[in-house]
Amino acid sequence: MPEIYLDYNATAPIHPEVLEAMQPYLTEKFGNPSSLHSFGREAKVAVEEAREKVAKLINAHPSEIYFTSCGSESDNWAIKGILWANKNKGNHIIISKIEHQAVLETCKFLEENGYSVTYLDVDKFGMVDPDNLRKSVRKDTVIVSIMHANNEVGTIQPIEELLKIAKERNVVFHTDAVQSIGKISVDVQKLGVDLLSISGHKLYAPKGIGVLFIKRGTKITSLLQGGNQERSRRAGTENVASIVGLGKACEIAAQDLDEYQDKMKRLSESFLKKILDTIPEVYLSGHPTLRVPNTVNLSFNGCDGESIILGLDLQGVAVSSGSACSIGSLEPSHVLMAMGVPKHLTLGSVRFSFGRFNSMEDVEYVTEILPGIVEKIRNLHPAFAATKNN
Amino acid sequence: MLKNKKPLVFVAMSGGVDSSVAACLLQEQGYEVVGVTLKLWEYDEVGGNIFRESVCCSIETINDARNVCNQIGAKHWVFDFKEEFKKNVISNFVDEYKSGRTPFPCIICNRKVKWEILGEKVFPLGAEFLATGHYARIKFDEKTGRYQILKAQDSSRDQSYVLWSLSQKDLSKTLFPLGDLTKTQVRELARKYNLKTANKPDSQELCFVPDNDYERFFKEWENGNSVKPGPIYNLKKEKVGEHQGIPFYTIGQRKGFGKGFGKPMYVAKIEPKENTIYIAEDKELWKKIFTVNQVNWVSIPKPEKSIKCQVKIRNQHQPASATLSVLDENKVRIEFDKPERAITPGQSAVFYDGEILLGGGIIVKVEE
Repeated sequence: MPEIYLDYNATAPIHPEVLEAMQPYLTEKFGNPSSLHSFGREAKVAVEEAREKVAKLINAHPSEIYFTSCGSESDNWAIKGILWANKNKGNHIIISKIEHQAVLETCKFLEENGYSVTYLDVDKFGMVDPDNLRKSVRKDTVIVSIMHANNEVGTIQPIEELLKIAKERNVVFHTDAVQSIGKISVDVQKLGVDLLSISGHKLYAPKGIGVLFIKRGTKITSLLQGGNQERSRRAGTENVASIVGLGKACEIAAQDLDEYQDKMKRLSESFLKKILDTIPEVYLSGHPTLRVPNTVNLSFNGCDGESIILGLDLQGVAVSSGSACSIGSLEPSHVLMAMGVPKHLTLGSVRFSFGRFNSMEDVEYVTEILPGIVEKIRNLHPAFAATKNN
Repeated sequence: MLKNKKPLVFVAMSGGVDSSVAACLLQEQGYEVVGVTLKLWEYDEVGGNIFRESVCCSIETINDARNVCNQIGAKHWVFDFKEEFKKNVISNFVDEYKSGRTPFPCIICNRKVKWEILGEKVFPLGAEFLATGHYARIKFDEKTGRYQILKAQDSSRDQSYVLWSLSQKDLSKTLFPLGDLTKTQVRELARKYNLKTANKPDSQELCFVPDNDYERFFKEWENGNSVKPGPIYNLKKEKVGEHQGIPFYTIGQRKGFGKGFGKPMYVAKIEPKENTIYIAEDKELWKKIFTVNQVNWVSIPKPEKSIKCQVKIRNQHQPASATLSVLDENKVRIEFDKPERAITPGQSAVFYDGEILLGGGIIVKVEE
């Protein structure tokens, strides 16, 4: 049985060059960057080189790059850190309804602890309306956090426009760019954001490494207190090998971006066309064009997405529904719900996310087996009979 | 679509030694195995001791099942059926107790959750069979065209009693790989397959009452609204005490009623409408005749006339000789040859002809 991985939005394998760059720092170059001796120095140099590479990819200054343990930590730090540093200004946060759990749950937690949160609606493509943001900003609004590209449907938000509104009212702006980094050009100068989150493992670097970009001059409180690492803003001995890996991954992403985008477009467009040609009643969720090029979220009428995922798994193909969890709970995706997708279609949704190591053969295999799987589920699944009868 | 040569079988795996060995055996016999573990409840919801490792649905047991599958190169999925389990099994359990009956929730769980709901999920995916680690056998009877359930080869481990409610359709797609094995052989196989679970103890209690403390469970469930105290009477309807709520009692239970009577006293009758419990001496508990409803015929079609058979009235009961007469479509009357102790409404009565499981149903009414 082939093994085809179409779940790059969940995680990506480590790029071989990334692994190669990391290896010495897992073995002989083991020093602690804070040490004064040669072992420490060697590690320190590597960390700072990596910082430059990350900065270069997003057009930031290296001093604006802070290494964290993951995208979730970056999101938590951005939101909580800004709120704590601006206590005198207020306690209001604005986010969108389709944020990643790292932002949503952080805000729910803050809400339970006395903060006030506005959840912005999105349109049917998953797009935030800048006017909506304008109406929601209050005197006590401290931070706006709106993701760059959505993990489930891939829609890219009009960050520059949204940012302008936030800046007119002097509100800090954070964006979770975990799903856009490496997939489209991300330029913090152009976007103008104050804070931006990155996760390593979506970018062919290892799991357990992330970045928070903090624009110079931004007042932020630390989440982790302790040693003086990361210019005293984020305590904890640096994950040197992973930092080096992330640096390398950013370097590769910067070099290959055009080539990567071309390939993703070819794969996902060919995939989408074949599926729409061979399977009736399939609907694409997400913006038709303003979307990261690797993500195709499809709803199959009369199927539960879960069964499709399992059916594909049995044939060696790995895909996800938007929010991966256990089988059977049938929780509709909050993203698709916010986009106004009818409930039965939200339950029939499957996310195909392509990546660097996919080929056209992968697309051919999947498009060949998928119609049969869908047909079988539609014929035998009682839920479909119910939909048909209604 | 690519064709898979090997027949696909889904094995319901609790993480225990039996279902683990079942999965390994099927794999060895040339099936393509997918392990499935059901997540049926959370400790947060049912309470009890969270440090028990042997019961299903704990993280440890899900990990055990996943490890076994990983070891044999099989896929493993966790299905979250908490809602379905609560709706079909726990609620029924609570309602039955509130109605003065003593349910056996594994029966409903098997039929409704393990076969029906799980089946709806896996058969559209191309599964040919569903397998479990139950000790029982299935045989297709050419003469009648029916699938029969037979007791396990090892009668001391036989679990056919909990399977009476399976339909012919269920049975046509079910495999019980352990039916011909003894527990000792299964443990040996587990060691042969090098399974981590080889020496794991068997679980005895209801999975969702992991501490086996029903009083605690009922006090916590629905904020204790399912229990209220009431009077205890003797059979002359003289008040002899107070009970803490009828769900805490079952027919035949002693529960320290003897004090002041000079002899042991037992629960003889539960009257949910009056919220009362009747107690009596042991000799009052022995009865012969009762009716059974929700009857499911397994190895034979509904008999035309009365039949002699052996009837088992609780999980630990030795089947006893009886005459079974059909009352209507799914209702029968049982008359034991000799009185049996504590025939309990809500429990399952299962009819056997030797090793053949003829059918079963739920005990509804015991004649005085």
